[in-house]
Amino acid sequence: METADASVVARERVRELVDVPLTREDRAILFRYMTMMRASEERALTLYKQGKVPGSFYDGRGQEAVSVGAAFVLRPEDRMCILHRDLGAHFVRGVTPDRYLAGYMGRSGGVTGGKEGNMHFGDRMLGCVGMVSMLPDMALVATGMALKFKMRHEPRVAMTFFGEGSTANGQWHEAMNLAGIHRLPVVFILENNRFAYSTPNELEFAVDPVERAHTYGFPGVNVDGNDVEEVFEAAREAADLARAGGGPTLIECQTMRMHGHGAHDDMRYVPKELRDEWERRDPIDRYAERLVADFGFRADEVEAIRNEVQAYVDECAKKALESPMPDPALATDGVYADEFEPLGDGNAPWSRWSQHNGAGNGTAPVERRAA
Amino acid sequence: MSAVEATGTAAAELASAPSGTREMTYLEAISDALRTEMRRDESVFCIGEDIGAFGGAFKVTDGFVEEFGADRCLDAPLAENAIIGTAVGAAVEGLKPVCEMQFADFISCGFDQLVNVAAKLHYRQGIAVPMVVRLPSGGGFSGGPFHSQNPEAWFVQAPGLKVVAPATASDAKGLLVSAIRDPNPVCYLEHKGLYRHIKDEVPEGEHAVPIGEARIARAGEEMTVVAYGSSVHLALRAGEELDEDIEVLDLRTLAPLDRQSILTSARKTGKVLVAHEATRSAGIGAEVAALVTEEAFEELDAPVRRLTAPDVPIPFSPPLEQSVLPQLDDMKEACRELLAY
Repeated sequence: METADASVVARERVRELVDVPLTREDRAILFRYMTMMRASEERALTLYKQGKVPGSFYDGRGQEAVSVGAAFVLRPEDRMCILHRDLGAHFVRGVTPDRYLAGYMGRSGGVTGGKEGNMHFGDRMLGCVGMVSMLPDMALVATGMALKFKMRHEPRVAMTFFGEGSTANGQWHEAMNLAGIHRLPVVFILENNRFAYSTPNELEFAVDPVERAHTYGFPGVNVDGNDVEEVFEAAREAADLARAGGGPTLIECQTMRMHGHGAHDDMRYVPKELRDEWERRDPIDRYAERLVADFGFRADEVEAIRNEVQAYVDECAKKALESPMPDPALATDGVYADEFEPLGDGNAPWSRWSQHNGAGNGTAPVERRAA
Repeated sequence: MSAVEATGTAAAELASAPSGTREMTYLEAISDALRTEMRRDESVFCIGEDIGAFGGAFKVTDGFVEEFGADRCLDAPLAENAIIGTAVGAAVEGLKPVCEMQFADFISCGFDQLVNVAAKLHYRQGIAVPMVVRLPSGGGFSGGPFHSQNPEAWFVQAPGLKVVAPATASDAKGLLVSAIRDPNPVCYLEHKGLYRHIKDEVPEGEHAVPIGEARIARAGEEMTVVAYGSSVHLALRAGEELDEDIEVLDLRTLAPLDRQSILTSARKTGKVLVAHEATRSAGIGAEVAALVTEEAFEELDAPVRRLTAPDVPIPFSPPLEQSVLPQLDDMKEACRELLAY
């Protein structure tokens, strides 16, 4: 198939760039961030049940490998538009759980100071533009950031997430088409979590959306979205390809939304067998086993990471609960900007990895390594 | 004067005298503003349908590809959300995109990115979005329901957007320059009927008109016509032909509204007619009328009146269209009525 062929070509072109394996430390970090996402969302759900969260509650349980694996490849100067199932990506960029939890509770210590709720946030100082509820609007914003990188010949990448549900929307096509025309350095992460709210795949599209990628002139790859290293490798290839001027890639991550669309959703439309099947493929438990079986971790080391993360999240929750509610007088502030302020850079570990491996401080173009 | 200053307030730029003026059409003034800003600041670029080699449906960007290259006068596919959405992305990364909607009507296809993404980013996340959306608007040439609309009220209902609507060539340039330099998304309504019919002296080189300031287009004592865009010219002609002491206040900016100038003029004359080509209900006229009655009721000598299009789509056939769009005779009649009240 052409899609597969295009993917093979893409892989060949960046093969020399991606032959450096993850270190033990990298793997511990991947596990740590996935665990931090799970623990933070569990804590937030508890706060919701305690009545401390206004509105509803949305999480990405079961999808931790997608956001963490993909975000991990970026460099600080790269940019992200993160979706509501991708808390791990915020953490990789440098957001701390206390700010996430304070945000859910509408507190002043949240990332947006209470202006935005639940997962509709992005920390501009970490190079993130937060999502809007209309999907997949941010695919176009990421495409626009990539347009700037290309216009200015900057070896930078924009990455954005969207669910399979939003591939039915016209803006998805508009983004893919424009990114394809100009071969823009953007990485599209498609999270197929089986349902758009309650609507199953078979009522969302006749052909799997990853098959459309080649019709836009760029590769589409299909990965196990519950395998953090598989997501990471695909995202790394895509980011390197984009940085080298090779244009966009669409990565479809097969995963499962293990909770309802929101906490108000009882998921009556999900067959029990389907849930059980994906429960067995839990991305965190699977990676924990693999760390021990394949990567030389001791079981107690893995357990220590879990415990350390849980303690950290507990501490963060305490801090979030101490954060005051915002001053009502601030509600009318900030409609207009007084001046332009550039976005800040993120703190994604892959740049650290790059530094360790002699690729410079994150600003060195990949072409140099390729040459 | 060498126009090199990359930053600075509009006021400071106004203070520096331009080298001279040149008579330009409204359309030429828009092109001149774009060209001036693109020469001054390389972060400014245009994106829109058929604006490249073709120079745009109305030739605003004629010759731009030759001077600035295809990258800075980017032909977009026929996808308005893509134009606005990618402009948002480029803007938050420090560029200053100027989007051209081929017709203002087509903003409906890019509305989501404009009102949900661009307009709200600063309020929600503190992210400035310095971009302009140029909206060729207005009827009077049998464009029919999809090439004639005046959609300004839609944007005024989306907090975070600024909305400007120049009536003269000089303001067309000065407001576009300010819109490009503004750190917010600015909807720039350029009336197609004025493109080649309006001509006035325009400062060459640096010329910025501050956003948010109305202009007294004609001073008078007996009544005020609050207008913008094409209606300003109807009001000026009515004032001349009636030979009455009518003040014409050209709003220039619709959001944020220059409330003070409106109230000052209303208090001075005691009679206010609000005129626009856009439809009537919940329009700019309704907002101005409410403002004047809320804040200057005691000083009024007559109810605030409106002269607008009725709440119908713009029809195609000339007699139908002329019956919908306010004409000079309608303006004169409305003024006479209010003066006689």
